[in-house]
Amino acid sequence: MSNPSKTTEVQTFEPRIVAFLCKWCSSAGSDLAGVSRIQYSANATPITIPCSGSVSPMYILSAFNKGADGVLISGCHPGDCHYMEGNYLARRKLYLVKELLQFIGLESERFRMSWVSAAEGVKFAEVVDEFVEDLRVLGPQNRLKAER
Amino acid sequence: MPAPDDWTPRSDAYFASPLAQGTPGKQCGLAATGDYQPSLRSPWLAAAATVDVKKVARELAKDDGVVFSEDYVYMCSDPGQTAVIDAIKDNDLNGMVISCCSPTLHEKTFRDASELGDLNAFQCEIANIREQCAWVHSDMEVATEKALKITRASVRRVQHNQALEPIGVPVTRRALVVGGGIAGIQAALDMTDAGLDVILVEKQATIGGNMLKLSETFPTLDCSQCILSPKMVSVSKNAKITLMTESEVESISGFVGNFKVKIKKKAEFVDPELCKLCDDCTPVCPVAVPNEYDVGLTNRRAIYIPFAQAIPASFTLDEEACLGLDPVVCGKCEEVCDVGAIDYDKKPTVTEEEVGAIIVATGFDLYGMEHMGEFGGGRYPDVLDGLQFERLCSASGATEGHIMRPSDHKVPKEIVFIQCSGSRDPENHCAYCSKICCMYTAKHATLYKHHVPDGQAYIFYIDIRSGGKGYEEFVQRSMENDGVIYLRGRVSRVYEKDGKLKVMGVDTLAGRNVEIDADMVVLAQAMEPSKGTAEIAKILKIGRDKDGFLAEAHPKLKPVESVTAGIYLAGAAQGPKDIPETVSQAGAAASKVIALLSKDQLAHSPTVAKVRDPYCTGCEMCVDACPYDAIALVDGKASVNEILCEGCGSCVGVCVRAAIDVKNVTQLQIHEMISAIMA
Ligand SMILES: Cc1cc2nc3c(=O)[nH]c(=O)nc-3n(C[C@H](O)[C@H](O)[C@H](O)COP(=O)(O)OP(=O)(O)OC[C@H]3O[C@@H](n4cnc5c(N)ncnc54)[C@H](O)[C@@H]3O)c2cc1C
Ligand code: SF4
Repeated sequence: MSNPSKTTEVQTFEPRIVAFLCKWCSSAGSDLAGVSRIQYSANATPITIPCSGSVSPMYILSAFNKGADGVLISGCHPGDCHYMEGNYLARRKLYLVKELLQFIGLESERFRMSWVSAAEGVKFAEVVDEFVEDLRVLGPQNRLKAER
Repeated sequence: MPAPDDWTPRSDAYFASPLAQGTPGKQCGLAATGDYQPSLRSPWLAAAATVDVKKVARELAKDDGVVFSEDYVYMCSDPGQTAVIDAIKDNDLNGMVISCCSPTLHEKTFRDASELGDLNAFQCEIANIREQCAWVHSDMEVATEKALKITRASVRRVQHNQALEPIGVPVTRRALVVGGGIAGIQAALDMTDAGLDVILVEKQATIGGNMLKLSETFPTLDCSQCILSPKMVSVSKNAKITLMTESEVESISGFVGNFKVKIKKKAEFVDPELCKLCDDCTPVCPVAVPNEYDVGLTNRRAIYIPFAQAIPASFTLDEEACLGLDPVVCGKCEEVCDVGAIDYDKKPTVTEEEVGAIIVATGFDLYGMEHMGEFGGGRYPDVLDGLQFERLCSASGATEGHIMRPSDHKVPKEIVFIQCSGSRDPENHCAYCSKICCMYTAKHATLYKHHVPDGQAYIFYIDIRSGGKGYEEFVQRSMENDGVIYLRGRVSRVYEKDGKLKVMGVDTLAGRNVEIDADMVVLAQAMEPSKGTAEIAKILKIGRDKDGFLAEAHPKLKPVESVTAGIYLAGAAQGPKDIPETVSQAGAAASKVIALLSKDQLAHSPTVAKVRDPYCTGCEMCVDACPYDAIALVDGKASVNEILCEGCGSCVGVCVRAAIDVKNVTQLQIHEMISAIMA
């Protein structure tokens, strides 16, 4: 079963991730990771948004369409949303988006949602590192990538 | 070798760009900061973060729309900001990106600078290449690549930023204070001095909080109730204060300057206006329950007054304990009350109040004695916590200030105090130092000697923390004048034997085991956030720290602000504190509120939702999704109330036709940013 060329591929493949971070929690959490000088992989490029609830499913599809290997949405812990219930909205949507991705033949694990508070710098770094490792195994995403 | 924190980030590179394609003649400036070169002065940093900012500036200069792109060291400095302003003017910029540290640090700095250069503040954006990049990646090539993406995404975004003006909203010139301890009382009084109306909500039957239970206070030993009751009376006599006891905040809506708060008040079975404090009622009440105001040392009736000094000055009826709510069973107190102040049919009320700002002063509780099994906490009646000891010493306590053992009313001749009980023990209890117990233990030992001159007091301590004006001298006096024996070391166990409490400890300075046959043991229990702090934090949407205390917005520069605009913190709810510190913080919080509410209007962020009319079909998905009820249908199309809108974008997330946007974070802008990142 073991395929040596596959192993090397997993090791060298650098997944590209678009990370939507809620301004009130996860973006602040990633700032804390910075202030604490916690090192993690550089594969995820952040876009700070007002709330995880503001993410339209179109953003996720657009990122995959433009060639992202993974999309991360990170918001406040359930019950802690700065805007009261935005993250609940986000959670409900996440489920639907996952179904949709599966339906169109994309591994739903390429889309991940996490809850990282402003105090969780370490957790933020872990979330990114874990996602990168999982995506390395999945390999490049070509299903939704537009020909350019 | 120089210390790592000797390193100062050589911040600031600096770029600029022409604006949006298709708007010829207009220019877009862009500046990046952060010369994150490995510094030889900083050994650990050399291995860490690096971004080649010069390269970022060079690459960005080639991008469409960028007319100016440069790197600059220390861009937040005065000359740095001047360079920004000059760049805006010289290039007639209509957009700017500063690529530097987190926007939480310097977004305001550079937006202010933009305004000085005649560029609208909302056309300046920050790209964070420090906390989110340079400081977390060690490979220079990789980090520079990512910094380039982050900056490029911001440039693409700013090319579509609109010039916006803050929205003015009227303010409600009233404040709410939650918690009526010394912190809440002081804050309320200070705010009324400035002419504000205040609603003071206290969940217990009297204001005063824990300070009302204290006997005398360090370091001057003035009587706690004597200094507190005049303030409590001022609260009750102050026409600008609406006092609501036995009340709690149920929910909150709105935002800074315009909060709406629902307050639930328990049924007021005894009318405080009618009650004349005759005390005819308590002798007839058949119920006895532990008196929480005496920390369980005595019992009280179901109808009772917490303290003689209670404010409101009225008896009160404990709903849970009372039998008379079922008139068939009891009803005795109503019969004897000749002014008819008692009415068993009263119901709880919920009122809605409008306030512009809130101060949270919900205080502390002592860490439960039941956690201290090894010291006999909660097991032996003569092992007390600090507050119980205060009640024993207090003239208003059950023993009228005579120190005696709860078990047999004998005067204790040997007494042991154990400091740091439940504090500074991350494995088993609270990790933090409770800060005030060194001082109150010295006070307890001193008070003990004043009451029992022939007795002996021992104190087990780890070290003595007596930072504060006159505090060290106070501790020294307890040793020298009152012969208190301080033993440096821990106690391993306390157990009962032959009517004594055997205290097994060590004296690490003398290097020997110590065994004391004590008559009483007092544990300096850790202070913890009061019960219900988690709930109130959740209701008000303010954060808590790792120990559960309310979190300040910045540990150094914003010590009385919560993370939510318009909500401030005071007293022991924010962390262990003594009275002087509590009063200072309460005054600081009050002056923040006074400053906030001194304005006629507050600036509301203009980055609110905007409907793209032609695409809206009036499906009302956004109306349902909006947590602020800011969207309504007008002529079949969604319409945003800009004053209510907080710009959260919940509507954007649900609109299937992409017919609604948040200004300056539009869907077009997000797609542009994604393209920039994936290019
Ligand atoms: C044993 C002991 C001895 C001490 N001795 C001294 C001393 O000698 N000198 C000194 O300077 N300091 C002393 N202190 C410290 C002093 O008690 C505190 O600094 C002070 O009480 C803090 O005041 P506060 O108002 O912040 O909190 P608290 O006194 O705890 O008051 C908080 C109030 O808020 C109310 N509340 C809580 N939650 C809610 C809610 N959700 N809604 C409405 N109301 C709510 C509570 O019922 C309470 O009335 C001592 C403390 C202890 C434990
Ligand atoms: S104040 Fe003193 S007794 Fe209290 S936890 Fe800190 S060191 Fe221990």
